Amino acid sequence: MTIGRPLPDKDPGEEPRDVVAGASSTGPAGGEVYGARRSALRRGLAVFAENRLALIGLAILLFFLGFCFLGPHLHPTDQVDSNLVDSNLRPGNGHVLGTDSNGYDELGRLMYGGQASLMVGIAAAVLATVVGTLYGAVSGYVGGGVDVVMMRIVDGVLAIPTLFLLLVLSSIYTPGPVAMVLLIASFSWLGAGRLIRGESLSLRVREYVQAVRAMGGGNGRAIVRHIAPNAIGTVVVFATFTVADSILALAFLGYLGLGLQPPKTDWGAMLSTATNYVNSGYWWLLYPPGLCIILVCVAFNFLGDALRDAFEVRLQSR
Amino acid sequence: MTRFLAHRLLQALVVMLLVCLITFVLLQLLPGGEARAALGSRASPAQIRQFDRANGLDRPIYVQFGVWLSHLLHGNLGYSYHLNQSVASLIAEKLPKTLVLNALALFFSVLVAIPIGITQAVRRNSMFDYTATFIGFVFYSTPVFFLSLMLVLWFSLDLHWFPAQAPQGTTVKGILSDPSGLVLPVLSLVLLQVALFTRYMRSAVMDNIVQDYVRTAFAKGAGSTRVLYLHILRNSLIPMVTLLGFALPAILAGSLVTEQVFNYPGMGLLFYQEAQASDYPTLLGIVLISGIAIVVGNLLADIAYALLDPRVRYS
Repeated sequence: MTIGRPLPDKDPGEEPRDVVAGASSTGPAGGEVYGARRSALRRGLAVFAENRLALIGLAILLFFLGFCFLGPHLHPTDQVDSNLVDSNLRPGNGHVLGTDSNGYDELGRLMYGGQASLMVGIAAAVLATVVGTLYGAVSGYVGGGVDVVMMRIVDGVLAIPTLFLLLVLSSIYTPGPVAMVLLIASFSWLGAGRLIRGESLSLRVREYVQAVRAMGGGNGRAIVRHIAPNAIGTVVVFATFTVADSILALAFLGYLGLGLQPPKTDWGAMLSTATNYVNSGYWWLLYPPGLCIILVCVAFNFLGDALRDAFEVRLQSR
Repeated sequence: MTRFLAHRLLQALVVMLLVCLITFVLLQLLPGGEARAALGSRASPAQIRQFDRANGLDRPIYVQFGVWLSHLLHGNLGYSYHLNQSVASLIAEKLPKTLVLNALALFFSVLVAIPIGITQAVRRNSMFDYTATFIGFVFYSTPVFFLSLMLVLWFSLDLHWFPAQAPQGTTVKGILSDPSGLVLPVLSLVLLQVALFTRYMRSAVMDNIVQDYVRTAFAKGAGSTRVLYLHILRNSLIPMVTLLGFALPAILAGSLVTEQVFNYPGMGLLFYQEAQASDYPTLLGIVLISGIAIVVGNLLADIAYALLDPRVRYS
């Protein structure tokens, strides 16, 4: 969320994807539709697997999931009681990455902080994507005055730099992890809203949606059963990128001292502590959390990029 | 065209009004309201009542909004009780410095991003493309404050090439007279923006490279350099204009962090310091001004786009 999102190779709103639409037009027989759909999925997987950056991203992500959630079982450390006698120890002597200013084992702290960073990041992204998708789908599908009003609201909130608002809001409230998720999600759903609205604008005039309506299907059915599933590619890609953005936003709040409060921590808050010791040369406090944030965000960005290619039908060789 | 302009202008005005409304709502959300923010947490209920009456805060909320809005239109953004100065004068003092910093960064990022993006698009899926994409994503995924800190650590504390602190002049001229102090703040912004703009440029060129006019130009015997720089580049820059408009909020936010790390005396640092001091009038004033600047930026970008690209339909 620190800076705008790198654009897709092509605006996904312009041309709707045809993965499922194409499948359903091949034939009305249930078995055939299923077969066509599966091969579309397989083609998508093939494009994904060809992308080396995506595989690197996946590997990094799996590593960090293991590191943060299984790691504490293999390397148990006390992350609740501070131990000032052992503060700021250099790496070695039973502390692989040394200790921080409260005497917490730095390696264990990385695992513990990573849990918060990953969970808040993923939860915020999922929440933002669900809310934004529904909002955008309704806005684009209903159209007319409702659409105008709904989109102007998005414009208005988008016009205020998110970090400024986060800073104001978190200086008013002291947020815990749940509040953090709500706070970050309350701004990142806007992008999804705008993106899905474009998608649903172009999807609602398609034959199969019109067919549903001609057969007496209501708006709700058209949106939930037909428009939303066809926009799924855009949705998944958005969600993946938003995880990276949310982790960065959380790190920023942590850096400003407005993130999770001790003994809870996240990678941003760890960096924030480390900045006090830049001049003391305590490198083991500074580089590890910084690298963790970069690696995880790079991984999510690689994944998002590859997923976008995988959902892009034109890139699939048939 | 006139209809398009009028429509777009109206839209921008509505959005601006919304920005004002959001800011006003934030003002109401303050713990204890405006009076607490002004008088501090130890004010007695009687003092608060008196402050409310004196400032018209006991009137209905829609009247308050109207009064607040009319103050805005007269250039009254509120008063910073913490700095004992009007918010408008504070912003007038700091905004030019932020603009200088960001203009410099923007200039260099675009200058670097254009050739890289073009080369990436022309040699798609080459080693160069992959490397540039990889590096771009790494910078994109780096928290701004961490990048800035690394720059200070390496180029200032270790190598002693550049000062760790931005120039502290009170005027724009004073700041520009110390270019070596500007290198690191500008560099930290440039590295992030290049990652973004390269990606934009790459996709813009890739969209254009398959167009009919490119084939026509080649068929007429134009060399690849001529086609690339005369035909494709010009057309690829058009979407960049709009994207610059969209990137404005991000650029302002990036500037907030960079100014804080390098102690650059601009609007971002002011915002950070006043956030620590809970000086809400100043904070909301800056939020409002940034919001309006972004709406205006987007409006200008849209108009420029319409002027530059005759294919845009005015509807």
